[in-house]
Amino acid sequence: MATDTHRAIEAVWRIEAPRLIAGLARLVRDVGVAEELAQDALVAALEQWPAEGVPRNPGAWLTTTAKRRAIDRIRRDETLRRKLEEVGRDLEQATPDIGALVAEDDGIGDDLLRLVFVACHPVLSAEARAALTLRLLGGLTTDEIARAFLVPEPTVAQRIVRAKKTLAKARVPFEVPQGDELAARLSSVLEVVYLIFNEGYSATAGGDWMRPALCEDALRLGRVLARLTPREPEVHGLVALMEIQASRSAARIGPGGEPILLADQNRARWDQLLIRRGLAALERAEGLSDGRPGPYELQAAIAACHARARRFADTDWERIAGLYERLARATPSPVVELNRAVALAMAYGPAAGLALLDRLVAVPALRNYHLLPSVRGDFLVKLGRPAEARTEFERAAALTRNGRERALLLDRAAACAEDR
Amino acid sequence: MRFMVITKATPESEAGVLPATEDIGTMGAFIEELVDAGVLLAAEGLHSSAEGARIYFDGENKTVVDGPFTETKELIGGFWLVEMKSLEECVEWFKRCPIQRPGDGGPANLEIRRVLEAADFGDSFTAEQQEAVAERRARAAGNG
Repeated sequence: MATDTHRAIEAVWRIEAPRLIAGLARLVRDVGVAEELAQDALVAALEQWPAEGVPRNPGAWLTTTAKRRAIDRIRRDETLRRKLEEVGRDLEQATPDIGALVAEDDGIGDDLLRLVFVACHPVLSAEARAALTLRLLGGLTTDEIARAFLVPEPTVAQRIVRAKKTLAKARVPFEVPQGDELAARLSSVLEVVYLIFNEGYSATAGGDWMRPALCEDALRLGRVLARLTPREPEVHGLVALMEIQASRSAARIGPGGEPILLADQNRARWDQLLIRRGLAALERAEGLSDGRPGPYELQAAIAACHARARRFADTDWERIAGLYERLARATPSPVVELNRAVALAMAYGPAAGLALLDRLVAVPALRNYHLLPSVRGDFLVKLGRPAEARTEFERAAALTRNGRERALLLDRAAACAEDR
Repeated sequence: MRFMVITKATPESEAGVLPATEDIGTMGAFIEELVDAGVLLAAEGLHSSAEGARIYFDGENKTVVDGPFTETKELIGGFWLVEMKSLEECVEWFKRCPIQRPGDGGPANLEIRRVLEAADFGDSFTAEQQEAVAERRARAAGNG
């Protein structure tokens, strides 16, 4: 019974935490303090609900409890009071309104958006942004975040504490950036969401190729963000990209947990519901970007080409190569060039791809990037040069940090040896 | 994980009575919350069973029986398709669903079922079957 209640509390927390913290942050103008107050309310629930049962309106219970603690805290805390005075609200004036402020629904969307921008603020490291975003907006416990990123729980707890300190020290205001600043800050937010997604989609560490729960968290965050900023094409572009990539989750892992490449995936296992949602989100992005697609929209358009192909052989590689060329112009990067080489090889033959790759070999940023030798090996196999291919696969295997991927690369190297 | 949350038919829905404006409003607000939270994937409501039919299969014999059907409480009224972390989260969400007491005064219920996903199927298909299924599913979903 007690465990059932704990699981119910965890579920309620996941639903309520973002709105609760956002509402409290509006009240105390400090995301760190808001998170602590919400956390206190959660602890109170963990103490009381197992004995008294889950209240009929658990969200209201948490809000009321957090609100009471907020009032106590404001009364005791000189710094907080000064902060409130700075925004032109004194305690006498604020106290009667506190209930309304925390409970009212009007403007909660704005508060959530402010919370997103604070959690993804550029003063924080990428790791801290990801942890804080999952904590504040994903409703994950520190333990869940730790398990998702395969780090010890105290590390995550520390990361969050430090992040909150950094935000307080930098006096990051609880507001949505305006004007020129908005674009840069929004791209920082999207980067965090996609980082979380990618950590789930192709894990950089550990024995598992994918951690689907993290993909779902990121997808959920993306959808929330699209509701909060419906006019931003890149937000829809990112959602489209994640929906379409996530649609392949079940097809990307073999029965033994090994990765399965796009060409070999059983497309019957692609999730058509997610594909449909992804294509719809892409259409929204295209409608808003007015012929000037951003990098996420372009990547989503590429993913959509794959999603529309019934069989690998049906893939429109010429279109994909063209999209990669636009992407390379929008965000020049050696990794994009690498992907463009793959598309060129598929559209016009491996020699065309190899020609582009040979120009990339000298790029310092790619020196330790395992996909370069891996792709090069693939082209060489197709060109009937197995000995050279084998060396490339072995190099790639030595460079990757993912155990599953290493095994796959070593298999390919061994296959080349047999071909000779 | 994905869940289908099924609403049951009521004497009103079977009589083709549409919900009152304020009920549409409260339900709309609830659905809006699901969308805002990024958990709702799809939702549909159904006409009364009078506009449907059943096909009974008995070996080679196929008998078609037109609606309406009598066992109202066992009939499906509509469904939501949602993505949740756990059954508990789904339960907590739908405890908030503003389901009206049916006209006959009896308690209403929502049925929560976990959806089979591709990952739940084994690889028992042949390569051709896989291709055929991929083709069918994509076409059925209207994707490309």
